[in-house]
Amino acid sequence: MVTKLAWRNLWRNKRRTFIVIAAIMFAVLLSTVMDSLQAGVYENNIKNMVGFYTGYAQVHQKGYWDDQIMDNTFEDVEGLKKEILANSHVEEVVSRLESFTLAASRKKTTTTQLIGFDPEAEQALTKLKDKLIAGSYPSPEDRALLIGEGVATKLELGIGDSIVLMGQGYHGVSATGLYPIMAIAKFGSPELNKSVIYLPLKEAQYFYGAENRLTSYALLLDKGSAVDEVVADLQQRLDTHAYEVMNWNEMMPWLLQMQQADAGGNKVMMGILYLVIGFVIFGTLLMMIQERQYEFGVVMAVGMKKRKVALMTLIEMLFMTLIAIVSSFTLTIPLLWYFKENPIQLGGEMEEVYQQYGFEAIMPASLDPSIFYYQAIVVFVLAMLVYAFSINKIFRIKPVEAMRH
Amino acid sequence: MDLNTETNSQISASAPTGSELVVQTIDLHKIYQGVEPVHAVNGVNLEIAAGEFTAIVGPSGSGKTTLLNIIGGLDRQDSGDVIVAGASLANLPESVLTDFRLNNIGFVFQAYNLIPVLTAQENIEFTMLLQKRPKEEREARSTELLNAVGIGGLGDKRPSQLSGGQQQRVAVARALAPKPTFILADEPTANLDSHSTATLLDIMLELNKKEGMTFIFSTHDQRVIDRARRVITLEDGQIVSDERR
Ligand SMILES: Nc1ncnc2c1ncn2[C@@H]1O[C@H](COP(=O)(O)OP(=O)(O)OP(=O)(O)O)[C@@H](O)[C@H]1O
Ligand SMILES: [Mg+2]
Repeated sequence: MVTKLAWRNLWRNKRRTFIVIAAIMFAVLLSTVMDSLQAGVYENNIKNMVGFYTGYAQVHQKGYWDDQIMDNTFEDVEGLKKEILANSHVEEVVSRLESFTLAASRKKTTTTQLIGFDPEAEQALTKLKDKLIAGSYPSPEDRALLIGEGVATKLELGIGDSIVLMGQGYHGVSATGLYPIMAIAKFGSPELNKSVIYLPLKEAQYFYGAENRLTSYALLLDKGSAVDEVVADLQQRLDTHAYEVMNWNEMMPWLLQMQQADAGGNKVMMGILYLVIGFVIFGTLLMMIQERQYEFGVVMAVGMKKRKVALMTLIEMLFMTLIAIVSSFTLTIPLLWYFKENPIQLGGEMEEVYQQYGFEAIMPASLDPSIFYYQAIVVFVLAMLVYAFSINKIFRIKPVEAMRH
Repeated sequence: MDLNTETNSQISASAPTGSELVVQTIDLHKIYQGVEPVHAVNGVNLEIAAGEFTAIVGPSGSGKTTLLNIIGGLDRQDSGDVIVAGASLANLPESVLTDFRLNNIGFVFQAYNLIPVLTAQENIEFTMLLQKRPKEEREARSTELLNAVGIGGLGDKRPSQLSGGQQQRVAVARALAPKPTFILADEPTANLDSHSTATLLDIMLELNKKEGMTFIFSTHDQRVIDRARRVITLEDGQIVSDERR
């Protein structure tokens, strides 16, 4: 009966009900959109960084990550790769052999990261081919370079020109070589743009004197969220005395830290938003209780306990909160879907900041269900909290006085 | 003004000896504190027997509402006692008092006292629902009561769709529904036209005669006073006359 009464009470003063629902809806809407865009940007940044280079996880010779030298390479044995591919989330294992190398043209010299790569696998993971701005993408047998646009500018070279490379190879041998430039690529991250040089793996192994050796396997996964599972599985199955299996967030802890710092600022903003909405709901509730003094007085007089009256208003509040949450999600989900598919392009200063970190300057939305659960729960708790604060107004009603209104 | 001095005209309104009492007040006092304290009920001794049809009358401000509220367990006295259906209301905690009201006292108020979101029939069932009566009993009794107050066909109407007189008849039916010991009505006809007043009074008298229901009501209306069987007159919170017809 209390539920029936509560439900009907909602539709009695439609304007008041609408105000409360609208206030809660607005809160859910705003906070969900905010949260979704933020999560979307983070997901995208991780995808950029991870997809761009490291992969979600990597396998190295044990100790390589802390001391990235040629001597910490491992042998590219078929069994190891098979073992990794046995995990169903792993779609591709990308072999790399990389180290610092001096690159020189006739006039200029610069320090670069020379990456021996498998052109096909690399394309699957980092879409390297799509970043080309000149020349053609190397095939595995080519003995030619793909270089960052910044490297080309610095060395004042173009397609067809040659670069002299000098570095240190496996077991201390000195590595030198002369290679033509066959492709120039532009990377989002300026840091990478001015320092990377790719050479097909076979030639790079020859250059470094590291026949059949690799510095890393970068793993392409079917979905980023499986990374913890994959890492745990590989740490079980691989010989951890010989190899290390690393999660992207271990390799790039700064990325997470940066996002956490950024999220802190957003949390403050959301807190303020919740506070404002909380007060709006609080005000409307108090007004509602004030307006219904007479009615409450009557039902109490004829024998309805205050507890029951309070329960009735609680159910009304629950109805309004649920309606608000459900209706705001029916609005936000299609909206966020749109912005996930058609991300907002950032311009001006924001664009520069993003690019400096090597991120795409876009704001895609995220449809991660946890965003919706979280916001629904927060707003629900908020509404109940506000309700708890206004409930003593009901317990303080004296029927005789209430009915004098 | 000495608030504690009884005037000489105060009388005790007692019921015939041997009759079954539904309400008894013993030296009841209520003082509203304020800039100037008001002794709204000043030493009232009152007995009402089962089956009586009693009007409480008196000038505005004489304490009728205050007295009825205390008898109805809606307000508390400062001193003295109220005994309803054999139980003293003086020391009952609020939630017990609420249940006591539900089970023993039927209320009819001056105006708009129906629950607006419920239909007439649901309003009548409301108090029975609070009593947790089974559905069949509720439906049967509310239908019977709708007929008894002469609005049998209006059970599914909301209060806003009913006239003042019809609403007040629903209110009487609702007051009767939980089978109370007596019905308390503060100026039940004050908002009604003379025709509706007459009809409502007919209904009340009929219920009094047929079912022996005890009615205690306050009124200013002479036509209502004329039809009461007992008239108790208040002045300045004291009973100045008690007349049986
Ligand atoms: N809550 C209150 N606070 C202060 N004084 C009050 C309060 N309620 C009633 N009074 C005073 O007590 C006295 C009795 O009031 P009460 O309402 O009982 O009279 P009444 O006989 O019902 O009058 P009416 O015929 O106008 O309804 C009046 O002087 C009134 O002003
Ligand atoms: Mg009065």
